[in-house]
Amino acid sequence: MANQIEWVALSVFVFFFALVTVMGFFAARWKSGPISAHLDQWGLGGRQFGIWVTWFLVGGDFYTAYTVIAVPALVYAVGAYGFFALPYTIIVYPFVFAVMPLLWKQAHANGHVTAADVVHGTYHSRGLELAVAITGMVATMPYIALQLIGMSVTIKTMGLKGDLPIIAAFIILALYTYSSGLRAPALIAFVKDIMIYIVVLVAVVVVPAKLGGYGVVFAAANDAFAAKGGLTGLTLKPSQMLPYASLALGSALAAFMYPHTLTGIFASKSADTIRKNAILLPAYTLLLGLIALLGYMAYAAKIAVATPNDVVPALFQALFPSWFAGFAFSAIAIGALVPAAVMSIGAANLFTRNVWKSYVNPAISHAGEAAVAKITSLVVKLGALAFILFLPTQYALDLQLLGGLWILQTFPALVFGLFTRWFRAEGLLLGWAVGIIWGSWTAWGNGLKPLASIDLGGASYMFYVGLGALILNVVVAAVVTVIVGLISPNRTSVTARS
Amino acid sequence: MWMLLLVPFIGLLWVPFYNFTEPSLFGFPFFYWYQLAWVPISSLLIWLVYRSRTPDEAP
Repeated sequence: MANQIEWVALSVFVFFFALVTVMGFFAARWKSGPISAHLDQWGLGGRQFGIWVTWFLVGGDFYTAYTVIAVPALVYAVGAYGFFALPYTIIVYPFVFAVMPLLWKQAHANGHVTAADVVHGTYHSRGLELAVAITGMVATMPYIALQLIGMSVTIKTMGLKGDLPIIAAFIILALYTYSSGLRAPALIAFVKDIMIYIVVLVAVVVVPAKLGGYGVVFAAANDAFAAKGGLTGLTLKPSQMLPYASLALGSALAAFMYPHTLTGIFASKSADTIRKNAILLPAYTLLLGLIALLGYMAYAAKIAVATPNDVVPALFQALFPSWFAGFAFSAIAIGALVPAAVMSIGAANLFTRNVWKSYVNPAISHAGEAAVAKITSLVVKLGALAFILFLPTQYALDLQLLGGLWILQTFPALVFGLFTRWFRAEGLLLGWAVGIIWGSWTAWGNGLKPLASIDLGGASYMFYVGLGALILNVVVAAVVTVIVGLISPNRTSVTARS
Repeated sequence: MWMLLLVPFIGLLWVPFYNFTEPSLFGFPFFYWYQLAWVPISSLLIWLVYRSRTPDEAP
């Protein structure tokens, strides 16, 4: 199928890509502000995004293009287990509602741009600040690389060979992110999200209608899993229940620790904007649940693919007319641009505020910060591109998995301080280190599977290694806090909470 | 009221509640429509908590 160029699909694709490119550059003038004069302008879009802009922006960068490719792929490969993304993206919102407005208030009152800024503002510990900043940057890199994978899968389906198209797309993205900052993905997110909604709503109505209804879709998948055997099926095997629940919980707690999601939070206009979004953002989760079902539709449509990642493009190509397939592929590719841009901005903000300003040039001006961040965003994107071009794809997948585990270890440092000042920086830093080392070591030992096992009362239980590492992290942080409190009862670094 | 925010965690993280296929709805096995149903239910619960809280003094 990928042997010849699909001209109709490709033309539609090029049209939409050109449209968002123009929008990306034009975004510099949208909600006008002096982009290069202040990092708040370039890196947070002026901290002025209201309910709808935030809804599109956070929806656009949390539910990434890679999600559209990878979730149906996992559901196609293993069945029910791949659905953990659904409980994950539901329970994340009560958490967002309860915690993120507090974080926003803290950041807003003190002019903080990044998570590491907030942590430094609370604990006055350069070490803890650097730990949070580096974790954020390292966890984001492979995530950007994954967006490229999502994009290249669709481009290949249209028959374009080689790396040139993906390089060209990414350079264009890098340039308008450089000039427009966060306004570019915020504006493009409108187009991306509306396109994805159209594609998915058409897919979940038209595809089952063509295949004979949802009953047939589920039955076809059930037959396929029965033939396949192993840990697959329409429901979970008993041994999969704890991994399923712990992956959902761990992922939900990690989701808003990432620089790209936090950038969306910090860029919003008010705490109330975030609260209302916690009520409205689940609309995307409904969409994600329906997207996941594409994996089962592939069985009913008797699609055969080389790798599960090809399931969604192959399904669209088989069931849709060429022009609509092109529209769907554009939606997915543009869906990669938004998160890739926000991720590089989030990483650039971290580098600027918590590495450059903290260690290289503490006296940097606001315009200087914006300049450093703009350059950094270019470097970050080129790094991600080199990653995909020169290293095996599997590295990006493995590192992204480890990245989720790592970013989760910044949770105590970032979130606990919003509710209590009991923990000490020394404890949080050591807990972070122990969580990262134990988690990485355990995941590595299991062949980079995200699961660890524990033996209790003769039975063995599997669970998400990141959540285990987080529990260990909190225990270490608490113990060290008690010990440090005994050694030096006087806190040197207490500030009033805002 | 804030306790309502914990309800989705219980409903979704205790997998034995929903790890079966019957009763199905519109062709969806129980496992699937149960979890999809939690999307609007969670939104509703968060909205109830939102309504009950005292608004910020600042914007």
